[in-house]
Amino acid sequence: MSTLLQPTPDTGVPYRVRWAITDAWTLTTRETSHWLRQPFEMAVGLLFPIMFFLMFGYLIGGDISVPGGGDYREALIPGTLAMTMMFGVETTMTAMAADTQKGVTDRFRSMPMSASAVVMGRATADLFQSALSLVALVLCGLLTGWTWHDGLPSMLLALVLLLWLRFAMLWIGVWLGLVIRSTQATASVQILVYPLAFLSNVFASPESMPAWLGALAEWNPVSATAAASRELFGNPGWGGDSWAAAHPVLLAALWPLVITAVFLPLSVRRYRRLSR
Amino acid sequence: MTSPTRAVHAEGLTKRYGGKTALDSFDLTVPAGTVHGLLGPNGAGKTTAVRILATLLRFDAGRAEIAGVDLRRDAPGVRRRIGLVGQFAAVDEILSARQNLFLFGRLYHLSRPAARNRAAELLERFALTEAADRPVGRFSGGMRRRLDMACSLILAPRVLFLDEPTTGLDPRGRGEVWDCVRDLVAGGTSVLLTTQYLDEADQLADRISVLDEGKVVAEGTPGELKAKLGGDRLDVTVHDAAALDRTAAIMARVTGGEPQRHDDGRTVSVPVIDRVSALTEVVRELDAEGVTVEDLALRRPTLDEVFLHLTR
Ligand SMILES: Nc1ncnc2c1ncn2[C@@H]1O[C@H](COP(=O)(O)OP(=O)(O)OP(=O)(O)O)[C@@H](O)[C@H]1O
Ligand SMILES: [Mg+2]
Repeated sequence: MSTLLQPTPDTGVPYRVRWAITDAWTLTTRETSHWLRQPFEMAVGLLFPIMFFLMFGYLIGGDISVPGGGDYREALIPGTLAMTMMFGVETTMTAMAADTQKGVTDRFRSMPMSASAVVMGRATADLFQSALSLVALVLCGLLTGWTWHDGLPSMLLALVLLLWLRFAMLWIGVWLGLVIRSTQATASVQILVYPLAFLSNVFASPESMPAWLGALAEWNPVSATAAASRELFGNPGWGGDSWAAAHPVLLAALWPLVITAVFLPLSVRRYRRLSR
Repeated sequence: MTSPTRAVHAEGLTKRYGGKTALDSFDLTVPAGTVHGLLGPNGAGKTTAVRILATLLRFDAGRAEIAGVDLRRDAPGVRRRIGLVGQFAAVDEILSARQNLFLFGRLYHLSRPAARNRAAELLERFALTEAADRPVGRFSGGMRRRLDMACSLILAPRVLFLDEPTTGLDPRGRGEVWDCVRDLVAGGTSVLLTTQYLDEADQLADRISVLDEGKVVAEGTPGELKAKLGGDRLDVTVHDAAALDRTAAIMARVTGGEPQRHDDGRTVSVPVIDRVSALTEVVRELDAEGVTVEDLALRRPTLDEVFLHLTR
């Protein structure tokens, strides 16, 4: 062999930490290379939430009114942002299932690389992509007259809470991808995400729904993040009498924490069970 | 570093799924620099054995060493010494061949320049240089397989596991993969190969283990396994299919062996011990009964026959 095939040593704690980070970064760049190889798919992914906003803002929800006389489209931007974070679960799930089905996950597992990097690389790339869709939709909002009213710190906190929801969705996505392990079956899960996204305060007021559906919608994690973003952006919201409606920011911080606390260990367990 | 003389050594490997034993006291020794074939029908336990040896699957009993490294004690050490080619090409289909090799090289912890050089080297060696920058999704099955193997060879592993490397490939693709395996072995790599194609094992393997229901039912060189079936075989092809039953009866009476009918409906074959006297006797009897013979052949048994015989 002509080249140096001596990999750097990888035993001992400092090396392990170092490789966990570099391997995760290597896998992140794998995803960014995908985007460069498939700019069209990437663009469609960014335009998808914008399409939702335009469809509801101008076609369907033209005469929906927000309590207190607020502009529906003002309320719609934070809602669509939260929905986009929730739909992120599909990206993670599909990628994870495809790798597992095609044996790429097994190849990783048969290599002397860091095991945690497989998921951490995915996490970094997915969060980065979601941040890009946040920016795209915010720009679209600014172009159509939406803006934030309560200062930059509140606005940034809203973005952090949105990404925090996306982080929680990551673990559901990893878990689902490892459970499903087939790219065909992910399609049916993708369809189920829609009712979950619509059973929320994203597009309509829970008060306008039948009582029990409305209660579910108010407690939906997506609703919590949507309502919290509306509050932090200073955009109009639906209001409501429930505890959930009164404490959106707290709930938007707690829900993702609970989801992560449940699905992160489940994902780790599933990953380990690949070797059963 | 002294290189171990045994590429793979396994003793009593056992794997259970619930109540079902997928692998039952599996023993295997592959001397360094040789190709070992694992042969068996569907569900025999071939993939289970390979996945255990490649550190992907835990096992319930037994022990194994890969290139002198204990599987239980030092799994990362084993991972640095092996390459695994699974049944489906495990490569990133969106990236190019070069990007795949660079990605996996980095994940094997090669430096950037080393990963880049190694990618170029392997592309050259697997005749992929021309297609190197095209997305793998547009590759033919054979090209994808070759890239898959190249990705498994980044660290020049001592031992390469190939799980049904040519399933789903056309004859040309199979030939390409066979050539790659021969080149590798010439370069000193040891190979453990599973296959359902007997000719593949015959072509490539120095030794073969026949697995059935998780157990090794036979082990030896292809020649030894063929000899196990009782020496040579006599094939008789008759002109008229209607005479097949009579022919089979004559052959059974003369040789004392159990005649087997071929799929073509006109050929019967039977194991023979005393070749020449069996041949003359059968010809004489057929002639006496007025059966018109179209073809007559004495030959060594095929591995197919050995396989069917052993796993029946
Ligand atoms: N995850 C699993 N859970 C339960 N049983 C399993 C599992 N994986 C394999 N088995 C069983 O173990 C046995 C051996 O399977 P294995 O995949 O090793 O066979 P194989 O020889 O590779 O077959 P094939 O030629 O079809 O690839 C089979 O009976 C199979 O059903
Ligand atoms: Mg198999």
